[in-house]
Amino acid sequence: MERRTFVQKLLALALPGGVFGLFLKKSTVQAAPYEAAKHYYGMGIQIDKCIGCGRCVEACKEENDVPREPFYFRTWVERYTIKKDGEVTVQNIDPRIESGLEAASERQVLRSFFVPKLCNQCDHPPCVQVCPVGATFKTTDGVVLVDEKRCIGCRYCIQACPYGARYLNPKTETADKCTFCYHRITKGLLPACVEVCPTQARIFGDVRSSASPLTRFKRMNKLHVLKPSLNTEPKVSYSNLDGEVR
Amino acid sequence: MKNFWKAVPESLRRLVLVFAVLAGGFVSIRFMLPPSLKDNALHVKTTVAREMVKTVKYAGSDVCADCHDQYQVKKNGYHRNLSCETCHGAAKGHTDDPIEVKPTLPKLREFCVRCHAFNPSRPTGFPQISSAAHNPMKPCVSCHNPHDPKPPQVPQECQACHAEIARTKAVSPHVALECKTCHSVPDEHKVTPRAVKASIPSVREFCAKCHGKDSPVKETPKVDLATHGEKYLCWQCHYPHMPEVK
Repeated sequence: MERRTFVQKLLALALPGGVFGLFLKKSTVQAAPYEAAKHYYGMGIQIDKCIGCGRCVEACKEENDVPREPFYFRTWVERYTIKKDGEVTVQNIDPRIESGLEAASERQVLRSFFVPKLCNQCDHPPCVQVCPVGATFKTTDGVVLVDEKRCIGCRYCIQACPYGARYLNPKTETADKCTFCYHRITKGLLPACVEVCPTQARIFGDVRSSASPLTRFKRMNKLHVLKPSLNTEPKVSYSNLDGEVR
Repeated sequence: MKNFWKAVPESLRRLVLVFAVLAGGFVSIRFMLPPSLKDNALHVKTTVAREMVKTVKYAGSDVCADCHDQYQVKKNGYHRNLSCETCHGAAKGHTDDPIEVKPTLPKLREFCVRCHAFNPSRPTGFPQISSAAHNPMKPCVSCHNPHDPKPPQVPQECQACHAEIARTKAVSPHVALECKTCHSVPDEHKVTPRAVKASIPSVREFCAKCHGKDSPVKETPKVDLATHGEKYLCWQCHYPHMPEVK
């Protein structure tokens, strides 16, 4: 009899306690802070979908306060034109100017296409190696960031980047680059360029996730990265990339 | 005091001076430098934190559908994959304060033409127009609903996208043949031209219906399939759309 009352009392205490505990746990899960160790970001770019409209470039400048002059870019779009005699021309497109190929030369063109470019967020970033003050570094979720408070504006990293992805911000006089819109992705949003791309030429996601648009992109396409011989191991991969693209 | 200092041997005075400099250096590094300049982990942490709190300007497409029912129209149209902010601009201000801040409404022709002007570098199949020839000066919205941009009249079938083939075929011996004579075109090809492709003749006997030795059709060049062309399909050597099919 004594044991029964004890068990009854125990149950009476444990049940509401357990419910309360569940409630507590649920509320803490919802307010969980961002955990960098659980993510590792990458991007996929489908060359045959890019229409060269430059909306990504505009959105990036808007979102990240990049100077509007047409020579400061965190992301940009190049137009490749390969002629029949093998001559390759690369233009950085300005979407505000409507530019067709010159009618005379159109017959000489073998193929032409657009290539969106941005920081490749390399796994072995040459820009991080050369920084004399350690202002740039790779985060746990795989994004290369610049500390604008520590950067002395010496431009070594701009020289070292094989992809030309960095520029010197004339306002802050420090090196600046694509951060995959770090302030957005840590809130679960997409980078601005991916958000506005009208043809889904850009795909963003977690490299390690088992089911995501990025994983699907990587499974369904033959992939290539820019300048693989440099062993920088870029996390931006391209599908349908032409051999002429540097 | 002065006398005492003079009494100290010169070598000892210099030694004291060296120690004073060392002690001053130690104190300034230990107490005056901000900790984020000394501790690398802390440096990374503060930079990441500073990056994460930067202001978001693009709200992301998920929130728009909460208030706006245009989404219901858009989700079945050709623009279904476009983010609202691709055309209406960064709208985080609008989602924070829907009454005071309004997103932009692009009305000019130039806005649509940025994506839809003909550009030889754009992927084939992407709907493009020549702005000078296509109802000049007329705003796009007077004929096309941007949330469901069906053209008011269906374009001249295949020619709308395959204009170059249509032009060469028009002066070739095959001018009288419709596209459907040789190609079967699934309806989905007009929606997703790359995912679902039109068929091309896959057997030699198809061309032999007109060009075989025993064909009843008159006035066509004829060959003996048994001796001509070996294992190859006809169109691997003879391009059927060309004026002089060789």
